[in-house]
Formats: sequence, C-alpha cells, structure tokens
Amino acid sequence: MSKGGRLATVLGLFLVAVGLVVWAVASFLTPGVPGGVMNFTNTQAAGQPVNLTVQTVGDLGFGSHPTWVSYMVKDPTTGQWVHDTSWKLPANTVVNMTVIQYDSGSPLRNQEWGQVQGTINGSATLNGNPLSVYNSNTGNGVAHTFAVPAIDLSVPLVGVSGSLTICDLAPCHLNSPHNTETFSFKTPGAGTYSWQCFVPCGLGYLFGNGGPMSTQNYMGGELEVVG
Amino acid sequence: MSSENVSKAEPRHLRRLTLIWLVLSVVLDLLYWFLVGPHVPPGRMTSTAASDQTDFNILMVIAMPVLIGVWEYLLYASVIWRSKRAGVPESVGGPSAAGNKKAEVSWIVITSVVVLLLAIFGTVEVVVGHGSGGGEGPNPIWMPAGAVKADTAALAGTGTWTPGSNQVLPVQVIGQQWKWTYRYPTFGGFESSQLILPNNTSIEFNVTSLDVIHSFWAYQLEVKADANPQVNNVAFTETQHLGNFTVRCSELCGIWHGSMFNYGKVVSQSDFMKWATTTEAANAQNTQYLPAFAWTYVPDANGAAGGYYPDGKLTPYSAVETYGAKQPNS
Repeated sequence: MSKGGRLATVLGLFLVAVGLVVWAVASFLTPGVPGGVMNFTNTQAAGQPVNLTVQTVGDLGFGSHPTWVSYMVKDPTTGQWVHDTSWKLPANTVVNMTVIQYDSGSPLRNQEWGQVQGTINGSATLNGNPLSVYNSNTGNGVAHTFAVPAIDLSVPLVGVSGSLTICDLAPCHLNSPHNTETFSFKTPGAGTYSWQCFVPCGLGYLFGNGGPMSTQNYMGGELEVVG
Repeated sequence: MSSENVSKAEPRHLRRLTLIWLVLSVVLDLLYWFLVGPHVPPGRMTSTAASDQTDFNILMVIAMPVLIGVWEYLLYASVIWRSKRAGVPESVGGPSAAGNKKAEVSWIVITSVVVLLLAIFGTVEVVVGHGSGGGEGPNPIWMPAGAVKADTAALAGTGTWTPGSNQVLPVQVIGQQWKWTYRYPTFGGFESSQLILPNNTSIEFNVTSLDVIHSFWAYQLEVKADANPQVNNVAFTETQHLGNFTVRCSELCGIWHGSMFNYGKVVSQSDFMKWATTTEAANAQNTQYLPAFAWTYVPDANGAAGGYYPDGKLTPYSAVETYGAKQPNS
C-alpha cells in the first residue's frame, strides 16, 4: 500500500475510534430519551392541592423497551394515560397522589423503604386502609417505591400476587390485579428534584439497578417545581 | 573599565536577595496565617477538619517562602543580570551559572529537608488524627480509645451512649443507588435518612454499600470513605462545633449520582439524645424487620433481595443473608 493509502487508513480508523468514543460518552450522558413534561400547574386554582395519579406497570408493552417496567401518569386535562415521568408542579403546594400499582412484588433490598416517610402526617393508605410500614418479607412484598430523596419522601408500593395474571400492556385498567395507594406531600421551593424507585426492579441488570432503573422515563424522573 | 572596577561596583547579591526574601516571606506568611488561614476549607467543625485546615495552613506557610524565593530570584536575575547590562556575565548558561557547587548543594539540601520534614509531619498527623477522617478499611490501625469496646457492643446489640459519657458513637453509613441511609446500633439499630451527630463526641463511621461502589464524603466534617459492597470501611472524627454539613457521593454511581446527597447536623448532646430516642421509638415497627446489625450485608447481585420475585420462578432465593430479606420458611 502506498504511503498515502496507509495514512488514509490510519486517519480513517482514528476517526472511527473517535466517533465510537463520542457515541459512547453521549449515550452515557443521555441514557434513553426523556419523555415530555406533564404540566400540573394550571389544573387548579393557586394554592389549591394538585391531584396527581400514576400507575406502575410491570411490562410497558410498547416503545423501544416493551418488557421494561415503568410509571405512567394521567393527564390532568384529558384523563389519558401518558408515558411521561417528568412533572411540572407548583411550589409549596400539597400534592394528593394516587398510585395504582399493577406489578408483583418482592422483599426489599433495604427494608428502610418499607416505611412511609415524608408524607403529610407520615401516613398513606393501601386500598383504603392506613399504611405506615409494610413488611416486605411477607405477603406479596413491595413492587416499587415512589421516592423523592431530596425531600425524604418515600412510599412503598405493595405488590400484587405473582400468581395472578399481571397486566403486561400499559396503560393497565382497573380490571387487572392492582393495589391503590394514596398519600399527600408538599412540594418544596422552586427547583428540579429527581424521583426514583428504590426497588432494584431492572430485571437481569447488575444489582437490578440498570435498564429501566437507569434510563430516563421509566423508573425515575424529575419534579420540575416552579414558583 | 577594568575587571577590578567591575567587581568593586558589584553589590552583594546574595545578601540583598536573602534580605528581600526574608521580609517578603515573613510578611506574607503572617498575613496568610492570620487573615486567610482561619477561612480555609473545610473549617473546624470536627477534629479532622480542624487538623486538616491547620495542616494545609502549615504547608502553605512552608511552601510560600520557597515560591517567593524562586520568583524573587527569577525577577532579580531578569532585571539585574540581564544581558544588556554592560560588563556583567550572562545569567543563564554563562560561567557564573555553571558549576556553582555551593548553590547547587544548598538548593538540593534545603528542598530535600523541607520535603522529608513534610512527609514526617504528614505521617504523624495521619496517625495522631486516627486516619484524618479517611477510610481505613475494615481493620483500622489508628483508632481512638474506646472504639473497640463500642464496636463489640454494637455487634452484640448492647451498646450504650449517654450525654457526657465520652463514649465512641458508631454510626453505620449505607450507600445504595441513589441515597445514603444511616444505622445507629447504639439505639436499637434503627435506620434513618437523617445523619444527626452529637457535639464533642468521637464518631466512628462504618461505611458500606448495598450495590455498587459509592463514596461517603461529608466535606465539612472532613470525612471521606469509599462505600464498597461487602466491605466495612471505617473512618473516625470527633465533632467540635454545632452546625450543618453536606453529605455527597463522590464516586460516579449511576444515573442519579448527582442527586445522591443530603444534609446532616451536629447538635448538642442532649438534643441528639432526644432525637435518637424519639426516632428509635418512631421507627421501632420497621426496625424489627431490618436484618440484625452487621458491618456488611450481602444483597443478591440481580433483582431485588433474594430473587427476582418471591414466587421464585426466575431465580431461587439467595443462599446468603440478604439485606432486608429473610429466608422463606420452606
């Protein structure tokens, strides 16, 4: 091969290597594709509580990762279920949250997350009954948690029996086995706060915290709290 | 002009340089020590923070004269021995710079002594400061008095701590993607998202992880220890002032690494006692479901605690103890 040809080959390979590095870094920095931001700031009068309803599904059933577990949120305007995990909320406002939980559960890696924390009065309800602590080593275990670490909010979402037919196509409907949990919390001052699940539910990934646990718009998101 | 006249007119450079260096060094060192030093991070909230601040200031006070000496010489040489000055030998590469044994030996001896002294000083500070707030691994060799007794009691569930008792307080730091939690074995082993510490108390941090590698960094406390799964990394400090501090993860640990921080507080011993006993009671129901206090825990590598799901269809329960998960009866 001529000197020019060898030089072109080396340069070409170098450019390919640089491209791979750039692609790897970009993929690491922006895992997944962020969904949209569901706006809850104009659905009620100023100072009035916000009603926020979400569902957890074991298999999303669509998109680029149909087998991944995820959250969905109910659009406050249309009532439709939307696959967005970033929500815009007014600051210093009570949020009345309802979680319809369709997934099966397991013992928690850290039972600390079996305790309801950071809600108003430290309480929640599970299918209409008061819930303060759930022993994840019993019953159906805990499927997921809804947690906002920055405000020490954490609520265990109790699993449904794995022997039942679990909903595997979102959005799930109330005729599928589910648990309904309600709780209220107050949003902090303006800012962006991450929320996440503390159950390592990324099946097949290292420590269960890869896949849907480490990709935007699945098992975590952001609260965009505005003043 | 004869060479005799030149040498007579030549000032005593070394004396002049030494005098300027001495004045500048003393003035700048004093200004630094009294005006800047007290404000240098990480402050003086704990013994390790205070010690490290003092160490940093001492290093600065020693390093500054060296820096001043080098800069002064460069400036002096550039001005006084510049080549345009008639009758003066070239400053760089000329005969005056070559083979000046006195200058070469002085430079090597002085800098060697300074570096060796600093190495000895640093080593002594690490030993005296019980590791200077750094993680010493599972078997620390620089422990404060009473630490072994506190450890033994913590594992046996018989540890006690009361205000004024001068006992070491063990606190377990548990890293998990993506939040820190803290266990207090002296108070029934309750676990909390809050890190509250009593003032004027020796604290033993036992740092571990339930999943990947994290790093516990309480900057104002000057405590930093990696949190490795199945490893107990021990770090010591002694609280000396009331105040708030920030805990961060300093090991890139995944998507929400940037959100893995919280705020802790050093409070009076009586306030700590009140908080600890109140929290112990409030968390009692959940504490009974936690595994017995241990230095490390062994979660399963995949999925939640003992297997993917409790029906066991995907994987059986782990044969080893899992954190928060008890083995099924059958």
